[in-house]
Amino acid sequence: MATPTMDKVAADDAAAASHLITVTFRIRRFNPEVSAEATWEDFQLEIDPKERVLDGLHKIKWELDGSLTFRRSCAHGICGSDAMRINGKNRLACKTLIKDINPAKPITVEPIKGLTVLKDLVVDMEPFFQAYRDVMPFLVTTGNEPTRERLQSAEDRERFDDTTKCILCAACTSSCPVFWNDGQYFGPAAIVNAHRFIFDSRDEAGEQRLEILNDKDGVWRCRTTFNCTDACPRGIEVTKAIQEVKRALITRRY
Amino acid sequence: MKIHKYDTVIVGAGGAGMRAAIEATKRSRTAVLTKLYPTRSHTGAAQGGMAAALANVEEDNWEWHTFDTIKGGDYLVDQDAAEILAKEAIDAVLDLEKMGLPFNRTPDGTIDQRRFGGHSRNHGEAPVRRSCYAADRTGHMILQTLYQNCVKEGVEFFNEFYVLDQLITEVDGVKKSAGVVAYELATGEIHVFQAKAVIYASGGTGKFFKVTSNAHTLTGDGQAACYRRGLPLEDMEFFQFHPTGIWRMGILLTEGARGEGGILRNKDGERFMEKYAPVMKDLASRDVVSRSIYTEIREGRGCGPEGDHVYLDLTHLPPEQLDAKLPDITEFARTYLGIEPYTDPIPIQPTAHYAMGGIPTNVQGEVLADNTTVVPGLYAAGEVACVSVHGANRLGTNSLLDINVFGKRAGIAAAEYSATADYVELPENPASFVQEQVERLRNSTGSERVSVLRKELQETMDANVMVFRTEQTIKTAVEKIAELRERYQNVSVQDKGKRFNTDLLEAIELGNLLDLAEVMAVSALARKESRGGHYREDYPNRDDVNFMRHTMAYREVADDGKDSIRLDYKPVVQTRYQPMERKY
Ligand SMILES: Cc1cc2nc3c(=O)[nH]c(=O)nc-3n(C[C@H](O)[C@H](O)[C@H](O)COP(=O)(O)OP(=O)(O)OC[C@H]3O[C@@H](n4cnc5c(N)ncnc54)[C@H](O)[C@@H]3O)c2cc1C
Ligand code: FES
Repeated sequence: MATPTMDKVAADDAAAASHLITVTFRIRRFNPEVSAEATWEDFQLEIDPKERVLDGLHKIKWELDGSLTFRRSCAHGICGSDAMRINGKNRLACKTLIKDINPAKPITVEPIKGLTVLKDLVVDMEPFFQAYRDVMPFLVTTGNEPTRERLQSAEDRERFDDTTKCILCAACTSSCPVFWNDGQYFGPAAIVNAHRFIFDSRDEAGEQRLEILNDKDGVWRCRTTFNCTDACPRGIEVTKAIQEVKRALITRRY
Repeated sequence: MKIHKYDTVIVGAGGAGMRAAIEATKRSRTAVLTKLYPTRSHTGAAQGGMAAALANVEEDNWEWHTFDTIKGGDYLVDQDAAEILAKEAIDAVLDLEKMGLPFNRTPDGTIDQRRFGGHSRNHGEAPVRRSCYAADRTGHMILQTLYQNCVKEGVEFFNEFYVLDQLITEVDGVKKSAGVVAYELATGEIHVFQAKAVIYASGGTGKFFKVTSNAHTLTGDGQAACYRRGLPLEDMEFFQFHPTGIWRMGILLTEGARGEGGILRNKDGERFMEKYAPVMKDLASRDVVSRSIYTEIREGRGCGPEGDHVYLDLTHLPPEQLDAKLPDITEFARTYLGIEPYTDPIPIQPTAHYAMGGIPTNVQGEVLADNTTVVPGLYAAGEVACVSVHGANRLGTNSLLDINVFGKRAGIAAAEYSATADYVELPENPASFVQEQVERLRNSTGSERVSVLRKELQETMDANVMVFRTEQTIKTAVEKIAELRERYQNVSVQDKGKRFNTDLLEAIELGNLLDLAEVMAVSALARKESRGGHYREDYPNRDDVNFMRHTMAYREVADDGKDSIRLDYKPVVQTRYQPMERKY
């Protein structure tokens, strides 16, 4: 069964016989042990354009400058370690292929904005996680535990599916102009995680979470700029989730 | 140097560590030390599901699950432990649901279940739906749910703390755990944690292979720390190669894809698994499928110009099914290969996936100093440990289960122990080993580079101790690893700073990988048989007379400081199931 699709893939494979290109990475460097100033530094490397930006950063770290510092772990968009600003947009370095971001020009890489930079691409994540913890991101139930599982219809489960995908990478929160101006704002990621529980039919603390988000630093600060939705590497409709929380606050129905 | 005192210290915040932490925090003053933020742990990458004989969609029971686990492990499984695993699976899944885990649901609103490799009804009759899942994000949901519950319980985390040494003090001739030494990434400061009980939950060690589904951070730090202090490592020759990694990259495509009906095909489009496993076909156990793939490739039926991969074909499945059940892995194919899985088959190859071996424990999670003696105050759970519920080959969905069942057990056992035990005195200069290690690397002017050595290690491991092994290939690996360990003495790092010095930590991690790779290769050389994930072409049959036993590897240090590996063996616990030939 030499299907047409298999032949097509074989042809693609042949074409893929990899060719390297020369790319410039322009990286925002900062190391307070060395200097109080942040600077841009250029690195040139030969790389297969089908590789990830993360592969490029590794190549620099492993072959050119071991002091280049960034976080990473899974390398395929699941752990949320490596959100950074790549060509001015928040993305995961491990989910961005070099060929997709115009490698003919220098590729700029900077830390995400709105959180204190600690070294190179590493920022202080504590305020981000604190906002997350503040929205009661856990299932709250009262009454006796059932002996078996709680029942939930497939439709009820679907209601909050989108917001369960969050990997807490901070790409959304650190793309939000309101958050840049005021770090007190909970930010999109915390609201997404509140949404995940508010709309879970098993949960009984929706009111409390809504009250937390009714705060002056809560959902009403959102200006619906959609930066967060664009930035989310998991494709979560972040702005829509925030709108749903706002609506729930008005109607008290969720 | 700072000194901290806790009743219970947990090393690692993946599934096993956080499941333990939820129990331990309720019962004792607990600290969790983790080199990654908890939600970055690799449990989050797990896709397919978690096994439990809930019987929500068809008849099933824990005895069948026990049997499948033992058979899947090629009878090297300790049968008492497998029985606990299968029995407690049901509560483990229900616990997670009650904590909030958003499982996929059946039309009745109960937890939905699907097929997975090696799980069968009535002792191998036909595949059974036993895997509880949340799309292909089950690990993500487990990790998030456990973290959420840690927030709820107020678990105390020390994030980005790397544990680099295990402290052991001999009291009246008994080796006891006194605590651990950790390096704080942000500052470079060294911390000593004195603890009555320590639980290792630091995960796997797949990074000594090149093509692997494992994260960059899975470098076997916990195994290495214990091994260096004279504790044994069990069954390290058994490593699982998952059949479906993305070609060349190793990123996993869950077995759930075949559970949903996906088919493996060679370059002629043939469904080749029908030849190798007539009943279970594409859902035979992983070692069987991985060997079948490489047999196809070797016999010239591989795909692509170099004939070095085969296809995972999902094109006959409805797009709605792919979107609902396999959204993440289909997106991986689009993102990393530019392939549309609705219409095109996905190039795959086996990928180094899971360490069956590790720190030996009993079913309470207590670490063993030899075949029978427990190390008071020391526990391990999850992929770092070897209970052994996986034997020579782990069944899919049994690890997410393992981390929950034995994470919970270890958390309770450790906290109960620390409630009554006294602190063990710290050794003199408790931080000296780590201090010297860090200083030596920072000050070294040697000419060797970490990345070069690591690449050579990964290449030799892929070439010589992967799916097919022979005496000759393993010896080649042993020699190469010895050379690399020698050269490692001459390694230097470029970053000399204290702040977020990941350059330094990669060097330390490489040292751990080298030690463990050597243990793996030496253990594999001595096992002159084929069993589960360990396949010797020069000894293609299982040999129950000589090798129905666990390997126990110890580090011996000679007077001149040179170290070597001593191998010993431990009997397998057999209760009900007599070894049979494994057929799928
Ligand atoms: C891609 C993929 C898919 C999988 N799919 C499935 C599946 O569907 N079903 C299934 O049953 N199994 C699956 N597995 C296997 C399973 O996910 C893992 O075996 C399991 O999650 C391991 O959990 P753990 O808690 O032991 O370790 P991990 O989740 O890896 O956590 C390790 C923890 O230890 C910490 N740590 C490591 N070293 C140190 C140190 N030196 N100091 C301090 N902390 C340290 C890390 O920070 C981390 O928090 C999959 C594995 C992979 C790689
Ligand atoms: S490294 Fe895990 S998300 Fe990029």
